[in-house]
Amino acid sequence: MADPLVIECAGLSKHYGSTRALDGLDLQVPRGSIFGFLGRNGAGKTTTIKILLGMVHPTGGRVHVFDLPAAEREASVAIRRRCGFVSEEKDLYNGMTVGEIVAFTASFYPRWRADLQERYLRSFELSADANVKTLSRGTRTKLALLLAFCRGAELLILDEPTSGLDPAVAEEVLQLLVSHVAREETTIFLSSHHLAEIDQIADRIGIVHRGRMILSGVLDDLRQDFRRVQAVFDGDAPGAGFATPGVVRVRRKGRTVDVTAHGHVDDVVAEARALGAVAVDVSAVPLKEMFLELVAMED
Amino acid sequence: MLLRPNPSSGVPIYLQLMEQVKHSIETGALRPGDQLPAIRPLAEELVVNPNTVAKAYRELEHEGVIELRHGAGAFVASSTRAIPADAMRAARGIVAGAIDKLRQRGISDEEIRRMVEAQLAGLTGTGAHRG
Repeated sequence: MADPLVIECAGLSKHYGSTRALDGLDLQVPRGSIFGFLGRNGAGKTTTIKILLGMVHPTGGRVHVFDLPAAEREASVAIRRRCGFVSEEKDLYNGMTVGEIVAFTASFYPRWRADLQERYLRSFELSADANVKTLSRGTRTKLALLLAFCRGAELLILDEPTSGLDPAVAEEVLQLLVSHVAREETTIFLSSHHLAEIDQIADRIGIVHRGRMILSGVLDDLRQDFRRVQAVFDGDAPGAGFATPGVVRVRRKGRTVDVTAHGHVDDVVAEARALGAVAVDVSAVPLKEMFLELVAMED
Repeated sequence: MLLRPNPSSGVPIYLQLMEQVKHSIETGALRPGDQLPAIRPLAEELVVNPNTVAKAYRELEHEGVIELRHGAGAFVASSTRAIPADAMRAARGIVAGAIDKLRQRGISDEEIRRMVEAQLAGLTGTGAHRG
């Protein structure tokens, strides 16, 4: 994984008075990835996105986009020129027609991709005469993505791109993102509450909680390294133990102990056997459970 | 060949893709020399990350299951072969016999399924499966 980093944050912090929106966030997004940025409401996702785009100034730490310091005004202008951003609200000029908003946006970007514009207008069945304010939510989302794609952006930052869309349109949007990354030299940084969508299209994830990154990496590696070990004992489960490295969470109930581990699974299994477990089951941990276990653990 | 990974199962998607390609070869749906879909269209069709498909292909090449010919695409390796029909029949007989014996010992179907899946996935607690 020697791909150069498009986004790199280290120890990033943002304080609003006594509130720590970000509290030492580390983030690395390699080029060509679809990075799923996960967290509960208020975890620090929006603040991070605003800092990346130069809309909010960090209190401390390092933030580089395309190797440029995003906290500095001039660098930030250069960064925004190479980024496409689609907000959750899909802000578009309501008074314009589709044709007008496309031409208006194109006039700002010398690298505008007329070829993509034609392809997407046709495949989205967008009529140039349609007024933007009459568009359905799904069509608005596609138009916002079209505007971001055609800018020739090297990095797309998408905040909840599928929120409020019906499942069929949401799937179309996911398809669009995958095929855009497959065809163009683009990196997608995507925040979402829909873990199933991240599961499907992201190759890397980061989970932010209380302003810190509590888990990040290649999603398939995490799927491989996370395991649930369930140990059943003859009598009551031992009250101690399972404090080895990698153990994320331990639940004891009657005769069973449920251990969620990130790596070092063999040690957990060996300990369960040493404590006299009569049955030891190891199973996979889906992303949704990783998320809930980690976020719950931190509470 | 029909690939259909399940992203929410918790099993790495590249491993699922590898298993499904191998299964297609074992059943004869894919034969030596057959071309596999290119990474980009396959990622688009399955709506999974292109990097993940690329990893599955790299690992399959590493295991000698497919050959990546530069510029031409991915092909099923000539050294692979389908499992002959009589061997498949025999295998089904062995599985049926094992299931019968387990049921006679009072083990539930659900428990049998879990055991088989855990054994196959290498989730037996004897070591992490590394594809």
